[in-house]
Amino acid sequence: MGAPPLISVRDLSVGFTGRTGATVPVLRGVDMAVCRGQSLGIVGESGSGKSTVALAAMGYLKRGLRRLSGEVCFDGADMFARTRLELEAIRGGQLGLIPQNSGQSLTPTLRIGRQITEALRLHCKMPEAEHEARVLDLLAQVRLPDPEVIMRRFPHELSGGQQQRVAIAMALAGEPDALLLDEPTTGLDVTTQAHILELLRDLAAERNMAMVYVSHDLGVIARVCEEVMVMYAGEVVLQGPVRQVLQDPVHPYARGLLASIPRLGERHLPVALEGRPPAPGEAGQGCAFAPRCGLAIDQCRELAPPMAPDGAGNLVRCYRHQDVGGLDAARQGSLPRRCDKRSGAALDLGAVAICYTAQGWLERMLGHAAPVLTVEGISIAIRQGETVGLVGESGSGKSTILKTVAGLLPPVAGKISLCDKPLPVRVEQRAPDQLRRVQLVFQNPDESLNPRHSVADILAQPLRLYYGLKGAELYQRSVEILETVRLGAHYMDRLPGQLSGGEKQRVAIARAFAAEPEVVLCDEITSALDVSVQAAMLELLNEFKRLKGTTYVFVSHDLAVVRALSDRVAVLYQGRLCEIGPVEAVYGPRSHPYTEVLLNAVLEPDPDVAPKLMAADVVELSPPAMGCPFQRRCPRKLADICDQKTPPWREFEGGHGIRCHLPPEDL
Amino acid sequence: MSDMAAPGIPRTGRLRRMGTVLRDMAASPSGAIGLTLVVAHLVMALISPWIVPYDYKVMDSGMVLSGPTGAHWLGTDEFGRDIFSRVLMGGREALLVTGIATPLAMLWGGMMGILLGLAGGRLDEVMMRVVDAFLSLPWILKLLVLVMTFGNGMMVIIPTLGFFYGIPVIRVARAATHDVVARDFVSAARARGHGRFGIIKRELLPNVLDTMMVEGAMRWSWMLLAFSSLSFLGFGVSPPTPDWGLMISESRVYMPLSPWGVLGPMVALSSLIIGINLSADALAKAMGIDRARKAVV
Repeated sequence: MGAPPLISVRDLSVGFTGRTGATVPVLRGVDMAVCRGQSLGIVGESGSGKSTVALAAMGYLKRGLRRLSGEVCFDGADMFARTRLELEAIRGGQLGLIPQNSGQSLTPTLRIGRQITEALRLHCKMPEAEHEARVLDLLAQVRLPDPEVIMRRFPHELSGGQQQRVAIAMALAGEPDALLLDEPTTGLDVTTQAHILELLRDLAAERNMAMVYVSHDLGVIARVCEEVMVMYAGEVVLQGPVRQVLQDPVHPYARGLLASIPRLGERHLPVALEGRPPAPGEAGQGCAFAPRCGLAIDQCRELAPPMAPDGAGNLVRCYRHQDVGGLDAARQGSLPRRCDKRSGAALDLGAVAICYTAQGWLERMLGHAAPVLTVEGISIAIRQGETVGLVGESGSGKSTILKTVAGLLPPVAGKISLCDKPLPVRVEQRAPDQLRRVQLVFQNPDESLNPRHSVADILAQPLRLYYGLKGAELYQRSVEILETVRLGAHYMDRLPGQLSGGEKQRVAIARAFAAEPEVVLCDEITSALDVSVQAAMLELLNEFKRLKGTTYVFVSHDLAVVRALSDRVAVLYQGRLCEIGPVEAVYGPRSHPYTEVLLNAVLEPDPDVAPKLMAADVVELSPPAMGCPFQRRCPRKLADICDQKTPPWREFEGGHGIRCHLPPEDL
Repeated sequence: MSDMAAPGIPRTGRLRRMGTVLRDMAASPSGAIGLTLVVAHLVMALISPWIVPYDYKVMDSGMVLSGPTGAHWLGTDEFGRDIFSRVLMGGREALLVTGIATPLAMLWGGMMGILLGLAGGRLDEVMMRVVDAFLSLPWILKLLVLVMTFGNGMMVIIPTLGFFYGIPVIRVARAATHDVVARDFVSAARARGHGRFGIIKRELLPNVLDTMMVEGAMRWSWMLLAFSSLSFLGFGVSPPTPDWGLMISESRVYMPLSPWGVLGPMVALSSLIIGINLSADALAKAMGIDRARKAVV
């Protein structure tokens, strides 16, 4: 650390004026320094202020926020003292920003080439004639195939991963000394994410840039950063080298956060952090984490601890950091997982095929070929009390299958039966009892709860519909159900807007369980939540399973989450089953090439585990007309057979099936 | 939700919500100004006949086209009538007509829009093209044709305004319905097996109504303008009843001599319309609706 830091933030506090007129702090005394060639990761849950720090490093604060104290220096000069013109020259020039959702930050009506040229025109003094060559060079640098073709495309013609690469190319156009990355891979598929991160690592090394990488995902941070800063309630609580922070964090919050992440290598539920972080301005005079901390003593509640070195290279904001090691031992015991297997199929899908684009009468008359089926040949028999995970990348049809089971999207072929009785395909044709026995929980509770309904109204709906409850009885039952999801009667008259993300999802789960269902369909129910909240949801689902023997169909793109909860896993690619079997077998050594690709791309919150990139991150819009659906990306494709014949099911012990042409001994 | 009045359940009723919405509206300066203007106009329309200093139809041939004086605050018109008194009373007809026609427009337009939005498919497409075709005609032309065909009594003007101004409402209601129907909570209700009516009543209406309220306020101000224009053209209120549009029309010839006969009603009409618009903006904000996105047409 010989050279002065390129980006330095000293004692920065940022706040806004609340409704009562009082100043509410969002960031409190944040210090940060990043040198050229260094990469710093900022982690924390939503609302911890991590993005605010990154944007403040650009001299930018979101509307309504203002600086209360401290300074932000870039290249030795205070960013907040600079004029607008100076800032404009720095932003996008020396200091590049790569936002979370690049698809939205690209102008939809301009070709990619034009957009990058504009960045060049603003920040590079080079003759117009050289622009095109430079654009091609930049696109090649971010490893986009066929730069000449990509240049003439519009943003919507690119996949999410390609859009993110274009955003990186645009940031590189200004020859930046530092890059700020605000969750740049969140929302991308695991394989795409792994590819983008490799690219960023290479670029940072090649160009000796400083990087500030904001993410909620510790696996991502482990991959690209050397130094990590953990934020909680607007404060930095722990800072240190990535290996130290991720393998043996000395702050209780960081430790809890790490324990709440499901691991690919282990098959048990993560441990949830109790409580929730304080809202801005709520933190009292003591340590902000004290109310949730298992180690808190009176001193913690009275006086906020200062940031102090722990002697092992970390800076930590905790009085009791020497005792954190004791926290885990107390928790390991609370992990047993029970899943009783009873016989009998709760839900049986027989060769289900689904097609989104129905053919109109005009197309049929004109003799157009029938469209390729979105989902085809899905046969899964789910036993009572079993949890089946459906995994796959976006577009693999996993959510589509759930919608079909729920009766919202009728299949074009195939049968569904519930407890050995055929289930009508449309929700309107189902008997009330059949409706009650299958319940669906959605990904985003903001969307699935009506914003105008109070919690009481929300819970009353299934209770009134299926059980005809009313009056005092209805109220009684609603409160009981709320208590099973660990919310109390005082939540009854709240509107969804007055609940936190986790509380909302609890209400959504409570609504599903109010029907006393036999099968619960979970559609990515934890992916919109923070990891610590996710862990709590998984615990909740597991508890319902233990108490009521509920059968789950659990859809997720997160392989570690699926492993933690499921008994069996089905892997889908392009709406076709690739592999199905018990968790241990699917995650074991013998698997379909696609499963292998997925598993290898998963990022673990451990800097010593590197992902292996086996297949190109190409997004295919529709499956090939014949042969194996995965043929175009398969690293182990057989030359003559994979694109000709649909692969056969290869059966192994324990009901493990793999659909592949490769001989069983090679799988 | 009648059976929700169980012991211990506080009602999160519409009334309580309207209270908070009103408070939020009044909290912003522009909302407060808007609400004050609208309320002042409504009160004036109710009580003006009893408080005006002069009878609106009494002429004074000795005092024609005078400027503002201590006796006549806004001067007198070409017949020597007190302009101030006439301005105070000039909104009564317009407010009465639009006060009936606006709910009419919201009701039929809203119902059509929600039904079309729910029906979707070809019927929806065809109907929307009809609506588009209708909207592409100049509104004043449409109004004039009807008023000239059926006469210009209240019994014609009110349904006519209600009909025409319901058409853009169809659009807004349909768009809002489409937005809400695509959301997961509607799918959730369908998957639970609620009936169609239940879904419309519980899931859809509460979310569409907010947009409709804001749209209603906007339509009201447009309708006021349209009614005043009709009066201006001689198809609305008949003399000597005071009406802003009619007053502007009658006095504009004398503008070079005395501008007060035009200025008075103009300020009154525009202050009402500005007041409604400001209130509509504040309403949208208080309800959390993005007006810029919704208010098309």
